[in-house]
Amino acid sequence: MTAEGGDVLVIGFGNPGRIDDGLGPAVIEALEEVAIEGVDLDADYQLIVDDAADVSAHKVVVFVDADVTGPEPFYFRPVEPKHELGFSSHGCDPGQVMALAQELFQAKTKGYILGIRGYEFNEFREALSDKARANLAAATEFIVKVLRGRDFEAAAARMVAAETQSHGE
Amino acid sequence: MVEATENLKRIVIEPVTRVEGHGKVSILLDQDNNVKQARLHIVEFRGFERFVQGRPFWEAPVLVQRLCGICPVSHHLAAVKAMDRIVGGENLTPTAEKLRRLMHYGQTLQSHALHFFHLVSPDLLFGFDADVAIRNVIGVAAKFPDLAVQGVMLRKYGQEIIKATAGKKIHGTGAIPGGMNKNLSIAERDELLKDIDQMMTWSRSALKIAKDYTLEHFEDIKGFGSFDSSHLSIRRDDGAMDLYDGKLCAIDSTGETIFDGVDNQLYNDYIAEEVRNWSYMKFPFIKSIGPEAGWYRVGPLARVNTAKFIDTPEAEAARKEFMAITDNKPNNVTMAYHWARMIELLHSTEKIQMLLHDPDLQGTDLVVKGERRSEAVGIIEAPRGTLFHHYKVNEDDQVTMCNLIVSTTSNNEPMNRAVRGVAQEYLSGKPEITEGLLNHVEVAIRAYDPCLSCATHAMGKMPLTVELYDADGNLLDSKAK
Repeated sequence: MTAEGGDVLVIGFGNPGRIDDGLGPAVIEALEEVAIEGVDLDADYQLIVDDAADVSAHKVVVFVDADVTGPEPFYFRPVEPKHELGFSSHGCDPGQVMALAQELFQAKTKGYILGIRGYEFNEFREALSDKARANLAAATEFIVKVLRGRDFEAAAARMVAAETQSHGE
Repeated sequence: MVEATENLKRIVIEPVTRVEGHGKVSILLDQDNNVKQARLHIVEFRGFERFVQGRPFWEAPVLVQRLCGICPVSHHLAAVKAMDRIVGGENLTPTAEKLRRLMHYGQTLQSHALHFFHLVSPDLLFGFDADVAIRNVIGVAAKFPDLAVQGVMLRKYGQEIIKATAGKKIHGTGAIPGGMNKNLSIAERDELLKDIDQMMTWSRSALKIAKDYTLEHFEDIKGFGSFDSSHLSIRRDDGAMDLYDGKLCAIDSTGETIFDGVDNQLYNDYIAEEVRNWSYMKFPFIKSIGPEAGWYRVGPLARVNTAKFIDTPEAEAARKEFMAITDNKPNNVTMAYHWARMIELLHSTEKIQMLLHDPDLQGTDLVVKGERRSEAVGIIEAPRGTLFHHYKVNEDDQVTMCNLIVSTTSNNEPMNRAVRGVAQEYLSGKPEITEGLLNHVEVAIRAYDPCLSCATHAMGKMPLTVELYDADGNLLDSKAK
């Protein structure tokens, strides 16, 4: 995808044919309905190296993916560039895309990950599980507010603090 | 995962890095660290054929993209070629065929660019056993930033072509049974034309890197995971390389014809698949030779070997150079896949350039229909090799049977042979099996650019562990990447 001119890019990734792996693209479909000004949207089966070029053309990028083991219903955290080894095209994760954007395009883009808890991944079925659908609704409502308010950093800080408190309890 | 036998120990590499999907290599050593057995196991996701059954046939070209996040366009086009025949629309209009070809060359360009620049170049630039901390694409980006940028932008350009012809990445619907659902607008064409000269320059440069590497290291790499083999592809009636359409042909390791001019619909008469109890992935073979010796290679190396010529000038000149090093006989050097792949990359860019100047792409005659059929086969040369889609459709328009032979399946036996050869040459008798030595095995696998079709990638599911067990099954060492 090329930059459409917005300052924020949201990339949802995953395979809608693998049940809850389709959570990322499902968020993008929902955001297309909302059409928030200045927000560019992209959906793909997986993150890939050339996403680094699109990331570098935006001030903020939000990666949206299904998470196998994360907290319910979702989390929202900053993503730091990850320069470490283990890079493989299919395993290209948000931190690695951020690192490539920085290395190749001198990007100063801020990155965040919206990880939505999924439950079923190991069959071919083009429908989210009931629990994942509920998580999708909550995550979409959250990210719409964040995108409209452009308060990414504060939202991530609040959520990380809440997670920390929850772990403490 | 670990199998201990008396006086033997097994090393498992799981999953193999920098290949698409999930793979596992197991290497069995005896007490003197000699390789007794080495196998590549494909963790193939099964059940897709069932997923398609019962669905309307016109949905298949969209559904099959769910098979793989790396080559959805190849599945899209192979399926739609079969569905063309189902609706009697296999004789496409010039506009529809050229649009599909443009889509396909875009897919080949982006796939080959990704593989060469980001998966293979770390091995070639830093060495097979270089420090793993730098032997990766981030290391390439740091030391060779121009090269890494070229790889990204070539791939991105291919993706832009796909977007213009197929539509959304997740729900590509450009090709429909009997044709295409839209043409290429003048605005889209002009946008793509702006960068084509740059893409040509970078494609030439990529080819030069691959060629120079192969020639400079030829003595070292000619035996690396190499062996004589048959080669299979589709090609045009006049013998030209044709990545989109053609008839099946196969040659043996010396270039003698095994079969030629075979109608795609008859592939079942020429190719069969064998099941082995240790692998989920089948082993295809040429029926007339039999399962023992009938295996063959597909992909760039096979296509350059089977082609009598390439119908774009720069790629044809490159093909001649390539074939000259083996006296115009088939090249059976596994590492020559990279050079062949870059010849195809340049060929794809040349084709894209030609097509973008063809006014047929702005035509409006997009779909044809004819006599309905109930069974059809679609074959395409996907970036990784010949891809077969076979369907049966009932009177209610539902798919009742689906059989796929993906490129990586055809290369199953060759990859296993490459793994065995490299393991025996580089690992046997070594007192310590280092990561660098194990990477030699992965280098041999990566030459084939296997796509293991496991697109479930959700976070937390991609660990890489290498475990070394002694003859009694005790864990001696474990490494995680």
